[in-house]
Order: sequence, then structure tokens, then C-alpha cells
Amino acid sequence: MTTESKALRPWSGDRAPADWGLGDGQAVPWEYAPAPESKDVVSIKPRYGLFIDGREVAASDGGWFKSVNPATEEVIAEVAKATTADVDRAIRAGRRAQKTRWGNLPGKERAKYLFRIARILQERSREFAVLESMDSGKPIKESRDVDVPLVANHFWYYAGWADKLDYAFPGRVARPLGVAAQVIPWNFPLLMLAWKIAPALAAGNTVVLKPASTTPLSALLFAEVCMQADLPPGVVNIVPGPSDIGMHLVSNPNVDKVAFTGSTGVGKLIHKATAGTNKALTLELGGKAANIVFEDAALDQAVEGIVNGIYFNQGEVCCAGSRLLVQESVQDALIEKLKDRLSTIRVGDPLDKNTDVGAINSKAQLEKITELVEAGVAEGADIYQPACDLPDRGYFFRPTLFTNVAQSHRIAREEIFGPVLSVLTFRTPDEAVEKANNTPYGLSAGVWTEKGSRILWMVKKMKAGVVWANTFNRFDPTSPFGGYKESGFGREGGMHGLHAYVKLEDR
Amino acid sequence: MPGASNGRNGRAVARRSTKAIAIAPARVEVRKTYKLYIGGQFPRSESGRSYVVVAADGAPLANAVRSSKKDLRDAVRAARGAFEGWADRTAMNRGQVLYRVAELMEGRRDQFVAEVARAEGLRAEKAREVVNRAIDRWVWYAGWADKIAQVLGSSNPVASDFFNFTIPEPTGVVGVVAPETSSLLGLVSRLAPPLVAGNAVVVLASESRPLPAITLTEVLATSDVPAGVVNVLTGRKRELVPVLAAHVDVDALDVWGVPDDLRVDVELAAAESVMRIARRPAGVTDARFDWLDDRASERPEWIAAYLEMKTVWHPIGV
Repeated sequence: MTTESKALRPWSGDRAPADWGLGDGQAVPWEYAPAPESKDVVSIKPRYGLFIDGREVAASDGGWFKSVNPATEEVIAEVAKATTADVDRAIRAGRRAQKTRWGNLPGKERAKYLFRIARILQERSREFAVLESMDSGKPIKESRDVDVPLVANHFWYYAGWADKLDYAFPGRVARPLGVAAQVIPWNFPLLMLAWKIAPALAAGNTVVLKPASTTPLSALLFAEVCMQADLPPGVVNIVPGPSDIGMHLVSNPNVDKVAFTGSTGVGKLIHKATAGTNKALTLELGGKAANIVFEDAALDQAVEGIVNGIYFNQGEVCCAGSRLLVQESVQDALIEKLKDRLSTIRVGDPLDKNTDVGAINSKAQLEKITELVEAGVAEGADIYQPACDLPDRGYFFRPTLFTNVAQSHRIAREEIFGPVLSVLTFRTPDEAVEKANNTPYGLSAGVWTEKGSRILWMVKKMKAGVVWANTFNRFDPTSPFGGYKESGFGREGGMHGLHAYVKLEDR
Repeated sequence: MPGASNGRNGRAVARRSTKAIAIAPARVEVRKTYKLYIGGQFPRSESGRSYVVVAADGAPLANAVRSSKKDLRDAVRAARGAFEGWADRTAMNRGQVLYRVAELMEGRRDQFVAEVARAEGLRAEKAREVVNRAIDRWVWYAGWADKIAQVLGSSNPVASDFFNFTIPEPTGVVGVVAPETSSLLGLVSRLAPPLVAGNAVVVLASESRPLPAITLTEVLATSDVPAGVVNVLTGRKRELVPVLAAHVDVDALDVWGVPDDLRVDVELAAAESVMRIARRPAGVTDARFDWLDDRASERPEWIAAYLEMKTVWHPIGV
């Protein structure tokens, strides 16, 4: 089995072997006409520079790297590759702006800049959505209906806090920390930028942000928004580059605050980079969330939640519901419904408005997913994939469902960051709790039951920073988000998100 | 008391003239053996080691236990075992249990005053002020038990049909490296915040001034604080702190009393398990910090350092 799997290339459109559980004739019985979103709304430049001190500049050593569309494997644009000297320059610009301008600006005035940014993001929303889908591979309906609206709302929400900080921390005066070093991932490039920049600016900090090297474009388009909003130079600085540039950024002694979203492995390195310093630190790391379905749950609703939980954004979500825990008595019924539902999922062109699951962000990520799926098969779990065709080019992976999964399997323990669901079962609520918490992660959990008291009991028992009851993968700027245990610490969103960007002094 | 030097009361009678008129012999003091506090018990170290504790003026006071790595692991296990039960107490009950600690401290005030005076070299009035403040601070923090969730929690007006709220929950097992200089007031100010939040705590007491911490455990043991919720070790910080920081079952670490030259290594070890780290505010030194300043050390933020925020989404619909 293992050798056979190795030869298989599901992303290239090959059909999987029969024992991978592909059903015959399970394809959707109707056809969709192509419904491509127009690329006209965004004029993509051949090259994007760094954004330092209010200006677009080339890298100090003249280096460039390519940003690739994962759905077509074509180069979208070239991007300046920041050097350590560029990062240091950006930090100095941030310091200068914080000291001379932004830190002294009354909250009322800072607020108006943030409101401006929110409005411009709303006005240019489709442009951002298309560019985001091209650069990251996520379906246009998600970038258009989820990511970009949340981004604008996030700036809107924190704009209003800028002149009300005294009310967020009664009895204390909230002062800015200074310059924030921020490193963000590729799964929600623009949304993670908003989560980082909006509260930082509202509290009077300036930022140096490093976007992920596979998805720098929406951040650089955001630089244009900053210029359009006449944001003072140096308040926002953006330095795309590889991971060592991120480490250089967070290690620089001249930053006061470090915020990171990404893998737990890198998070630990960043934690170490701040050891012995007085830098404030927030980490939003990996997850292996349990989505728990009790026998009394509304199964059709649960199926929608399970699908949204693990196939949203190709499963490239730190809080994805990657472990389905289903009560034994309804396992068969639920799995049958789930398989039916999977057959209607449309995998393909991210810019097609009917696409549910787009492209995996990079070849490296596709290989990681494939490797873990092969491990699942090798370790004895039963795999099921719907019989959908995949595009000939680009990095695609079929929505995948594993049943007969043991807690010891790698697919039940490791974060896959792909459209792969592992199904485990339980008999009693206590067993569900034990299995759900049996992971070093603690980012999120889902609970499906019609019984209110059981929901709140499960809420209490879950070692997770976010618990979705009869829903999954919901986000809002007013709602704090972040992990327990090795999923990190600190919260983003809501009033709690401000706390990460202030120091509290006596009144 | 094995290995103890000649004690204070011994000195007073040593040079009496043999021809003195017959007086009743001076009473021989019953000395206390200072032990560890783990899981509600008072064990000695499994290692059988001790070290001499001296007063501020250099006079020997007692032998304190020099805890081993094994003692520390036992303490963490005891804390883990006690955590869920303590966290599950109602907030009001936790507040009352902690308030009772202050009641019992009040009854032992003279003992604390004498010990703090000797350990820290304070005059009696100053020592009394410090002890009074330690008791009052315990009361201040105890009162937060059923209020902190209302101050730090929130209901969040999301832009969709969901009821959304955020509640604080205790982090778990907290390691407290106690202030080195302030043996009781500093300890209380750093111990009460994680406790009132519902965490179980392993304390490494001040290495040079450990005795008031041990006397505090005798208060805790006779209070209603469940066994294992507070565990106190004495010994060499250099030996114990790195083990505490590297222990994967410790969820948060108060590095206030960590010697400066150990701090980087300790935080490197803690990062390996994404441990939460509570630091002294920037620019503050252990030796100079004014624990009598209520504004400086009565801070809800110190409680918040050991809380995790849990956000819950629930649909609204018929």
C-alpha cells in the first residue's frame, strides 16, 4: 500500500486507487458553467517594493523573489526581498514615527486614520479579494465574503478604540509599547495583517510586518491603502522575505513587542528569541481541534458545520476542526451524510465563484499534506475521497475523510493544515472530553448537541480558547481569539486584543 | 536538630558563674524543624539534604531543606492533581477559603513578625507593618475571586446571529519563583494572584530567607486550601529553577525571583513547552521593589497573567 501511495499524485489529476475509497458514480449529477470572477478589478504591477517609512523601495541588495499563483503555478509578480539592513531600517523608521508623530497623536486623530483605512478597504474590497485569491489559492467566495469584509471590520472596530483606551482598562492608563514586530502566515494573509496592525495602531504603536513569503501581495497592496489614507510615514512598514528575515525582525533589540501567528514549531523559536528581554509577546500557533457530535445533534446542521470546519480555506486553518469525534450511536448515519455532502464539494479554480475548495497554498504544503495522508493510509485508517476531477495544473488536493482512526495515528495527532478530516468515536461525554483534550494544542473546539446544559458543560471542560457550539469557524473583530496550551497565548480581537499592545501605568 | 550550631538561648546561659545562687534552670527552647510542603504533607527532602539559613545579621537561624529535582517533580505532580478540584470550586468559595488564610495569618502575627524581623533585619515596628500588609494584601486578592471574571470577561457584540461571550479560566499549574528579598510580603503578593485565579502553585521560596514561607505553609495546611493547591519548596534556585522551567507539566512561570544571570536560560527552557511567563515590570529590581506600595503590587493584571480567555459562540434562532 505504501509504495502504491508514493507513486500517486492526487494533485495532478490522477485518480486514486480503488482501495482509497473513491466511489464510482458519486460525482455531482449536474454540471456547473464556469463562473470566473473578473481579474480586471486589480491591476497587478510586475514588481512590488518594500514599504518602509511611507515609501515603496527596492531591497538594499536589489534582490527579488517571485510570488506564484498556486492554482496555475504562474508567477504573478516579483517582490523585493528584504535584507536584514532593510529590516533594521524599517524598525528605525517605526521608532522615529512612534516617537515623533504617532505616539503623540491624540487618540481621536489616530482613530480617524484607522476609519479611513477601513473605508478604503471597503471601497477596494473586490480588488483585494481577487488578488488574495490569486496569491493564496483560496476560493473567491471566501476571500470576497469572509476575509476582506472581516479585514475592513477589524480596522473599523479598533478605530473606535483609539480614543477610548481609558475605558478598556479602568484604573490604569494604557500607553503604547513602541514598535511592534509582526510575523504572519500565508493562510489568511490580509486578515492576519488586519489582526496585527489594527490594534497595534489603535493603541499608538507603530509596526514592522513581515508577510509570508508565498503570499506577500495583499500586504503590499495594503501599503497603497496606507499611502492613500495619508498615514504618516513609518507608522506601517512591510518587509517581505524568507523566514530568517522574520527571525531577524523579532530578535532586533529595538522592537518592544513581538506578535506571531504560525506553526507551534516556529512559535517556540520566536518565544526563545525573546528570552531574557522585556519584549511583550503574543503567539497564535497551531491546533488540532475536536469537532464533537453528540447523538442528539441536528445531524444535517452538524454535517454543514463539519464541512465548514475542515474544508473551509482548504483546511489551511489553525483552528480547523480536523478531528471529528462522533458518538458511536450516530456514527454510521453521520458518515453517510458526510460522504453525500462531500460529493457536492467543488474543488478547482479559486477565482470561480462556485468553487468550495481552492488550491493548496504551495507545493511544499501540498507535499506535507500528501505525506500525512499517506501515513494515515499506512497506519491503517480507512480513507475516502469524493470522485472529483482536479485541474491539470496547480496544487490541488481532494477533500479527504479518514474513518477508523486511532488516537495514536499521526493524522489524529499532527496538524495537517489541509482538507483532511480524521473521524474518531466516543460513547460517553467523559470519553469525548478526554479524547478532545488529548493533544498538546488547545486552540478551538466544536460541540454539536441540542441540549443546552450539555453545551455549557462541554464548554467548561474543553481546554481550548474558542468553543463553537452548533457552529464552527466563525470570526468577528469583537470576539477574542487565541489558544490554550501549545496553541499559544494572548488574544486577538475584542477588548482583549488591545491588551497585547499596551503597557498599563498608574493613573 | 542535626548539624545546628549552638543556638541563641544556649549562649545566654553559657558563661554563668558556677557559684551563682540557685535559680531555676532556663527553659530549653523547642525548636522547629523547617520542612517542605507538598500535597498537603510536610516531608523532608528525599535527598536528605539541608542548608543553613542565617539571619540578616549573619547569625545562624535554622537548617532549611535543600530540595532535590525529585522533590520538585513530586510538587508539580501534587499541583496537577489538585488543580481541577480547585478550579472547579465556585468563585465565592475560593474567595472564602483564601480569606480564611488571612484570618489564620492574623492569629500567627507575632510569629511572622519575629521571623520577618530576623530574616530581613527589620526593626520590630517595620516588621509589624510588613506582616500587617501581607495579611491585608491576602484579603485584597481574596476578594477578587468572584469579581475578576466580571472585570476581565465580556459579551461580544458580533455582527451575526450569535451570542458570543468570553470568560477567564485558570491556566493550570503555575511555578512561582518567589522574590528573594521580601520573604513574606513579596511572596504573598506573588502567590495570591495565581491562587485566586484558580491555579495550583509550586513555590520556590526565597533561597536566603525561606523560613517565613515555611511558616506560611503551616497556615495553609490548617486553612481550607485543599492539599496540593499550594506546594512550597526551599533550596538552591540555581539547582531548582531550571528544572521547574523545563517541566512540561508547568503551564506558567513567575520569574520574579529568578537570579538575573539565570533568566535567559530559564526562559529558553520555558519556551520549549510554550509556557506563559510572568516577568517583573521593566526596570524593576527585586531588591529595590517597594512591596508596601499598594498601587504597585495590588494589580488585577497580576491575576490576569494566570488566566486563559475562553470565547464561546452560540447561534441565536428559533
